[in-house]
Amino acid sequence: MNATTNPDPTSTSTPTAPPARGTTVVEVRGIGKRYGNIIALSDVSTSVRAGEVTCVLGDNGAGKSTFIKILAGAHEHSDGELLIDGVPVHLSSPRAALELGIATVYQDLAVVPLMPVWRNFFLGSEVVKGVGPFKKLDIEFMKKTTKSELAAMGIDLRDVDQPIGTLSGGERQCVAIARAVYFGARVLILDEPTAALGVKQSGVVLKYIAKARERGLGVVFITHNPHHAYPVGDRFMLLRRGKSMGDFPKAEMTLEDLTSMMAGGSELESIAHELEKSMGADSKVAQDMKAEIT
Amino acid sequence: MTTATLVDERVARTSTLTKLLKRPEIGALVAAIAIFTFFAVTTDVFATPSGASTWLRGASTIGIMAVAVALLMIGGEFDLSAGAMTGFTGLVVGVLTTEYGLNIWVAILVSLVLALAVGFINGLLVMKTGLPSFIVTLGTFFVLQGIDLAGTKALIGQVAIQGMSNVPHYDQAKKLFGSSITVDGGLVYASIFWWLGVTAVATWVLLRTRTGNWIFSVGGAQTAARQIGVPVMKTKIGLFMTTAGAGWLVGMLLLFTTSTVQSNTGVGQEFIFIICAVVGGCLMTGGYGSAIGAAFGALIYGMVNQGIVYSGWDNNWLKAFLGVMLLGAVLLNEWVRKRAETAG
Repeated sequence: MNATTNPDPTSTSTPTAPPARGTTVVEVRGIGKRYGNIIALSDVSTSVRAGEVTCVLGDNGAGKSTFIKILAGAHEHSDGELLIDGVPVHLSSPRAALELGIATVYQDLAVVPLMPVWRNFFLGSEVVKGVGPFKKLDIEFMKKTTKSELAAMGIDLRDVDQPIGTLSGGERQCVAIARAVYFGARVLILDEPTAALGVKQSGVVLKYIAKARERGLGVVFITHNPHHAYPVGDRFMLLRRGKSMGDFPKAEMTLEDLTSMMAGGSELESIAHELEKSMGADSKVAQDMKAEIT
Repeated sequence: MTTATLVDERVARTSTLTKLLKRPEIGALVAAIAIFTFFAVTTDVFATPSGASTWLRGASTIGIMAVAVALLMIGGEFDLSAGAMTGFTGLVVGVLTTEYGLNIWVAILVSLVLALAVGFINGLLVMKTGLPSFIVTLGTFFVLQGIDLAGTKALIGQVAIQGMSNVPHYDQAKKLFGSSITVDGGLVYASIFWWLGVTAVATWVLLRTRTGNWIFSVGGAQTAARQIGVPVMKTKIGLFMTTAGAGWLVGMLLLFTTSTVQSNTGVGQEFIFIICAVVGGCLMTGGYGSAIGAAFGALIYGMVNQGIVYSGWDNNWLKAFLGVMLLGAVLLNEWVRKRAETAG
C-alpha cells in the first residue's frame, strides 16, 4: 500500500525534453486488436507529431474506442506495431502510457465526483513531502497549483475544496485537460471531448485543444463531428467498421471532403437503396433520402 | 451542462457551519454527546471512572474493527468475515500454545500471517472475479466460522481455550495486549490505547497520504481511478488485508484481556462494525466516509450497550436501538452526500 511508483511527481512530467515541433512522437503501423475471434480493429496506421493535432473520426462502433484504448495502455494491441519515439512498445497499463508521456482524457472524464477538485487534479500523481513512512500530501501546494492551473485555463474556482461533481460538464472537461497538460503530457488523447457539450462549451474545449497544440503537445482528438475536427486538425484518420479509410494531412482535405467521407457518400446511397426496397420507391422517407444525397 | 464556464457570482459563500455540517463524522459526534449526556444524567454509575471503563473497553475492540471496516467501505467494499476473524486469530494462538506448546510470540506471528493471507485471498477473489465483496466475504465468513467451531473441537476437544495463562511468556504478551492501568479508580485497558492509535493512524492515512487519496478514489469511481493511474488492485487488496490485520489485533486483545477465547467469538459482530462505520458517516456505496466517525460510531455502540445495563432495561433493546441508529444514519448520510454534490 506504500507509494512505490513515482515518489517524485515531477518525474511523470516531461520524461524527455519536449520534442521539436513536427517530430513524430507516436506512430502506429498496421495496428489491430482482436478479442478472441472478434476483430475490433485492423490495419490502422497514422502518426502523432509534436505540435500537431491528429483527428480520429468515425461513427459509433467504428473502432475509435479500441484505438484510443491501445494508445492509452488500457488494452494491448494484438497486431501491427506501436512506436513511441521510434521504439516499438506494448503498453500494458495506463500508468505505463503515462510514464511515456501519453495522457488520456476520457469521455467520462475519469474524475471521482465526491472528491474535491484538487484531490481529483492530483489523483494518481499526488505531491508528497517528508521522508519514509511519514510522507504526507503537500496539500497547500496542491490546492494552490490546482487553483492557478485552472485559472490559466479560464476557470476561476472560488473553492478547489468543492467536490468535482458540482462543476459543469465543460468545466470538468477543462479540469481534465489542464490536469494532463500540467503533468507534462507530450501526447494528449481526447476521447470525444465535445460530444456531451453545447455549442459554446465545445468552442471553449476546441480553444484548449489549439492551446495544447501551441504548447508543442501532440494531440489525438477523437470525434464524430467533422465540423469540430477540421478547424483544429492537422491530420485526419478516418475509421469505419474497425478499418482505416485512410490517413490524410490537412493539405489533402477540405471540410467538404471530410464531411462526405464521414457521412459516407457511398454508404448513404446504399441506405437510400435499401429504404427504397423495403418501403417502396414512392415512399416519403425514401424520396427524402434520395433528395438528400443527390 | 451548457451553462456556466465561469462560476462565481451565482454561487453564494459557504458558511463555516455548513462546512462543519459537511464533515462526515459530525452526525456521530452529536449523537455520541447526546447519548453520553442522557446516560450520565439518568444513571448513577455511567459517568463514574469504573462505569466509563467498562463501556470504553467494549467500545475499543469494536472501534478498532469499525475503523478498519470504514476504510474498506470508503474503498467501496464490505468484509463480512471481519467478525469471525477476531475469533479465528485468537483460537490459532490459543490452540498452538496450549495444545502444541509453540512459543507464544511465534504463535502470535503465525496468527497474523494467516489473517493477512485470508485478507489477501478475500481481496484477490473480489478483484479477479469481479464478484461483490458481500458474497465473497460471506463465503470466507462461513469457512472461518466452520474452522473455528469444528477445527477447534477436533484439535483440542473443547469449544474454548483453557490454560492460556500457564503458557510461558504469557505475561509478556498480556502486557502488550491485555494489561490495564488504573486512572482515578477506573481501569483503562490496553485495547483503548490501541483503539486511539488505530483511529489516529487511519485518519492520517486517509486524509494526508497518497494511499488515502487512492482509497477514496477506488471507492468513488473505480474505473476513473484505474484510468488515471491509481493502482486499484493493490489498494483494494491492501484494504482487505488491513481489515484482516485489525481482526488479528482485536483477536489478540480479546485473548489476552480475558485469557480465553470461545469458538464462536466474533460471529455476528460483522454487521455491528458496518453499522458503526455507517453511523460514522460512511456511504454504503463507497467513496465517502471517515475513520474518526467510525470510532464515534463504536463509542455510541459501547455506551448504549452498557448504558442499557446500568439503566436496568432489557438488554435486547440494544438491537432495536442499533436498527434505528442505522436507518437514521443512512438517511442523514444520503442527505449530506446530496448536499455535498450539489451545493458549492
